[in-house]
Amino acid sequence: MSLRSPLGRVLGLGSARDGTSHWWAERVSSVALVPLTLWFLFSLLLLPSLDFTVLRAWLTVPMSGFLTLLLVVVLTYHAYLGSVVIVEDYVHEHGAKLTLMVSLRFLFVLCGGASLFAILRIAFGS
Amino acid sequence: MPARPRPLSPHLGIYRWQIGNTLSILHRLSGVVLAFATLALAFWLVSLAGGEDSYRSAYRVFASPAGLVFLGGCSLAFFYHLFNGLRHLFWDVGWGFERPQRRASGWFAVIGAVASTAALWAFLWHGGRL
Repeated sequence: MSLRSPLGRVLGLGSARDGTSHWWAERVSSVALVPLTLWFLFSLLLLPSLDFTVLRAWLTVPMSGFLTLLLVVVLTYHAYLGSVVIVEDYVHEHGAKLTLMVSLRFLFVLCGGASLFAILRIAFGS
Repeated sequence: MPARPRPLSPHLGIYRWQIGNTLSILHRLSGVVLAFATLALAFWLVSLAGGEDSYRSAYRVFASPAGLVFLGGCSLAFFYHLFNGLRHLFWDVGWGFERPQRRASGWFAVIGAVASTAALWAFLWHGGRL
């Protein structure tokens, strides 16, 4: 006899209540980050300098701005997913766990949102 | 009741240190460093959007001794997490599970990370960026 509901069984959701979706999102974002991070690193290295005017001009180029925007979104998401796993593994007290989980979500939404807004401000020139 | 005690998962205190678990812990540790790097990237982009003065003060933070140590750590963490992450992705599709392959790919990740970090900073130093 199983205590799991028929619906839970057919959805394949385990004790974490979200099945493999978290694990899968982590993998898919990591695959996207391989080209995005390497592109970002090499682009910065190929610039003549990291001076203000050089970087502003570079980010105003549509392709640079667009790819940096994608990098920031996927990177922030992946960092959030990873941090959540660490809290799940090491923080066992319910209240502390809940507080940390919500704080992480706020922190990374704030961080990603600020990065996005900064890129858009530079790209659209203000 | 079971006739004999059930097997327990290996506790860290009695678990023999070997390349597999060491690299696994380093993967998580480098991930934490890179989460901080993500916050630093946001700070850098916001300072760049804020104008020349705000960018200059952010640049001074990154170019300070503590800032350079942080960036050096981030670069090492980045290359290690990249190479070891690829190792994990290969495992996920079922490749490289044999013991010799695991060891070889593990050493490849470690040596690749150290070599890439050294190459990066040698390039920066050689190009007069430091």
